[in-house]
Amino acid sequence: MGYRRVAIIGAGMTKFVRFAQETGKELAYEASKMALDSAGLDLSQIDCVSVGSAPDAFDGVHMKGEYLADGSGGWGKPVMRNFVGGGTGVMNVIHGWHHVASGMFDTCLVVSEEKMSSAFPHPAGAFVTIFDHTTEQPIKPTLLWIFAIEMNRFMNAHGYTKRDIAQVAVKNKKNAIDHPCAQLPGEITVDDVLNSEVMAYPVNRLDVSPTSDGAAAVILAAEHVARRVCEKPVWIDGVGWALDTAYWCTRDLYYPDYVEVAARKAYEMAGIKEPSKEIHIAEPYDPFTYKELHHMEGLMLCKRGESVKLLNDGVTQRTGNLPICPSGGLLGVGNPISAAAVMKIIEIFLQLRGEAGKRQVPGKPTCGLAQAWGDLMQVGTVVVMRS
Amino acid sequence: MGKRVAIVGIGTTGFRATTPDVSYRELTYEAAVKAYLDAGIEPKEVGAFVATSEDLIEGYSISDEYSPDQLGAVLKPIHTVPGDFLQSLANGMMLVQSGFADLVVVQGLSKASNILNVGEVLTFAEDPVTVRPLCETPHAVAALDMCRFLHETGTTREQCARVVVKNRRNALRNQRAAHGTLLEACDVLAAPPVAEPLGRYDIAQHADGAVVVVLASEERAAHLRRAPVWIRGIGWATDAPSLDSRVWGDARYARLAADMAYRMAGIRTPRREIQFAEVNDEYSYKELQHLEALRIYERGQAGRATEVGATEPTGEFPVNVSGGSLGCGATFDLDGGQKLLEVVLQLRGEAGTPQLRGVTTGLAASWRGVPSATGAVAVLSN
Amino acid sequence: MEITKEMVERTATALKLEDITKRKVLTTPWQPKVQYAWDDGPAIGRYLAELKNGRIIARTCRKCRRIMIPPRMFCELCWRPSDDWTFVKDTGVVNTFVISHVDWKAGRLDIKGGERPLTPAVIEIDGASAGMGILHMLDEVDPWQIKIGMKVQAVWKPQAERQGAITDIRYFKPLAPERKRGK
Repeated sequence: MGYRRVAIIGAGMTKFVRFAQETGKELAYEASKMALDSAGLDLSQIDCVSVGSAPDAFDGVHMKGEYLADGSGGWGKPVMRNFVGGGTGVMNVIHGWHHVASGMFDTCLVVSEEKMSSAFPHPAGAFVTIFDHTTEQPIKPTLLWIFAIEMNRFMNAHGYTKRDIAQVAVKNKKNAIDHPCAQLPGEITVDDVLNSEVMAYPVNRLDVSPTSDGAAAVILAAEHVARRVCEKPVWIDGVGWALDTAYWCTRDLYYPDYVEVAARKAYEMAGIKEPSKEIHIAEPYDPFTYKELHHMEGLMLCKRGESVKLLNDGVTQRTGNLPICPSGGLLGVGNPISAAAVMKIIEIFLQLRGEAGKRQVPGKPTCGLAQAWGDLMQVGTVVVMRS
Repeated sequence: MGKRVAIVGIGTTGFRATTPDVSYRELTYEAAVKAYLDAGIEPKEVGAFVATSEDLIEGYSISDEYSPDQLGAVLKPIHTVPGDFLQSLANGMMLVQSGFADLVVVQGLSKASNILNVGEVLTFAEDPVTVRPLCETPHAVAALDMCRFLHETGTTREQCARVVVKNRRNALRNQRAAHGTLLEACDVLAAPPVAEPLGRYDIAQHADGAVVVVLASEERAAHLRRAPVWIRGIGWATDAPSLDSRVWGDARYARLAADMAYRMAGIRTPRREIQFAEVNDEYSYKELQHLEALRIYERGQAGRATEVGATEPTGEFPVNVSGGSLGCGATFDLDGGQKLLEVVLQLRGEAGTPQLRGVTTGLAASWRGVPSATGAVAVLSN
Repeated sequence: MEITKEMVERTATALKLEDITKRKVLTTPWQPKVQYAWDDGPAIGRYLAELKNGRIIARTCRKCRRIMIPPRMFCELCWRPSDDWTFVKDTGVVNTFVISHVDWKAGRLDIKGGERPLTPAVIEIDGASAGMGILHMLDEVDPWQIKIGMKVQAVWKPQAERQGAITDIRYFKPLAPERKRGK
């Protein structure tokens, strides 16, 4: 299928921290400016802006996209926001792709920002409003429950143990030591994870990524612009997204169908037939430890029930055959929801250009993937990139 | 301009002040069923869906969770644009032009009646540090703009009152409208002030409703039975979101959006090449301000044109024949959908409301409401 | 162009909680008071009305043969109006569950002090299609004895206290007497 080629030509991001002094606009500005500088462009050369930010309740501003527009370089420009909960960061890049691939624009600044600390003292309470207001909210659920529910199903279905899954936190936090923006890098052990405070069995504290503030941005350009201004453009060769039914209690959560459907579309566009062989490096969304494995299976990077084996065999380490979350992921770098997913896109961008510094995986990868998830265990958003 | 994209199906529930018998699910489902029937398609043929919603308007965080079921979009590519319906439409158009899908569905909904304190919600959209603590009614933001607009253009409150009279009378003849009534200009001027110069009748009341649109590529449209309505041009823009940096009195976002749409459509003299328009009139003065920003009328002339009846259904440039927001109801981000609906029906000859004769090109212009400075414009032809 | 520590150093200033609570930085507080009254529509409206009557009602789709809870006026998979109302039982099977040490605001429960953890579960309701679950709480059971596949029974509020809400069911409890550990 002949799609107009779109490349990522620049990237920028802020540190991810628990409480940022900066306002959301300022965080968005820092990331956008860095991205523009890295692409060697100025704002006048940007045709449009795509803003991606997760629930307004966190930043504490309704119509958050409007509020962020000027910090995102959107003053006087066509600015459009997109939103699919936690999947927003990768959807934001896909949304930017819509803008450029359509031919309507040649360049797009894609900005994701999150200031979760505005929901004070903790944004957890805001999550109750994601559940059905009539049939579920009266039970006062929290997002942690739904993760614990899914983790339980996943473990049950494949016979995985908490010990198996805890290794994801160990790997990612260690990887994050080499990420300059990381919020919670560190060397921890599987026992540290198992002994950490129980939040909602089977989820322990160290199974969970932190609440964060931060912003990340990339610049997209049409082929003729990319080739002119960029030495090493990274091409967006495949995009896919899918949203499952809101009736989440009717779905067997052990397998993320929504990720597979999205991935299939992205692979089809990119001409990928065997993802486990053709994808060299992947950044699946890892807000919780088990999610990295859950998504690996949904992305068909391994067979169902095999993800733990790959983890145990070291295949998913930076030096392994299929590095997973070399950035340190959400568990290590932080989770300002939509910005975290753009961080993953940026990681693949840098890795494919050989510019990931200490995090660089060996073997000169040429094809990578970033994926995000969100909503009530509902949405999968996937981008396949090639250098 | 890229591939041509057409509207091949449209469905609506109409606009009503309250819809107590149905939830948001059934409202959207009704509009979707009608749209798909209109287009002669089934949702499984649709390549991508774009929903429109803002969390605080729906009363859900991550409101996009609740979008797929009532559109038949389960496990399909669907995402949400927290923006005006016309922005979602633009996104749908981009999806077709990129080649990702040759059939795209765009949806918008208003359940305004379910929000008990709209003022609180709109206040929540204001800058938390520099504006919100002032605790003004959000209407004050529009009043500030109106004050400056009247001052700079010489437009009068009477001319604004004529807009209210026209639109609410038009709505009486529109079976889909919620707030049709007969008023005289003196009624509007004598109404209790809300935030001067805005009086009660200058401000549109809200309405519930849903609109679903089916877009198709030119090749696909050729196989469908509906005569297509072509989206010749589309544009959207955001001006200064901060009130502090805003240029008051001027709908700059509308001018930028219109320029983009006109360029795409190859339109040089909008007033001659377009025959009618549906433009946001959530506050009475907005219709006039928008008409000038859209270059339909010169600065300061829209009010005069209204006075002499030029924008009446029988006038030389009918504006808001549907009744607009004042007549149909203000519908938050469905605004562009309400405007688009009327333009499409007029171009198809199915409007029912005074059917404008011999129209070939219409314009829809929306605004996201206070305190935003974002709007979108679409130019359509049959 | 690598993203380096120097580049990101000044992009975000990390504060601590005390900086905010002890007012070392200025903040502007706001407590939103947004209120909604959602129209339930025919499906959920009937669901709640029947809960008030102490019963659980579902809708059927003749095409995919599902019996759906919560009831809906259209089948989202077949994309057609749903067909009939049908009552289902108020017993079910635990599909999955959680033992939560935190409440909805992320406040820690005093488990060591004897507070019982919260045990929400997805319960597949008997009479509905396989896999048709609802979210509700489990109680009157040792959290650590809960098993996937456990049969449970709704515990209703007395008639006079029911309001037509999902909380008219207080919680679900094991159907059989609680099994002793090791049996």
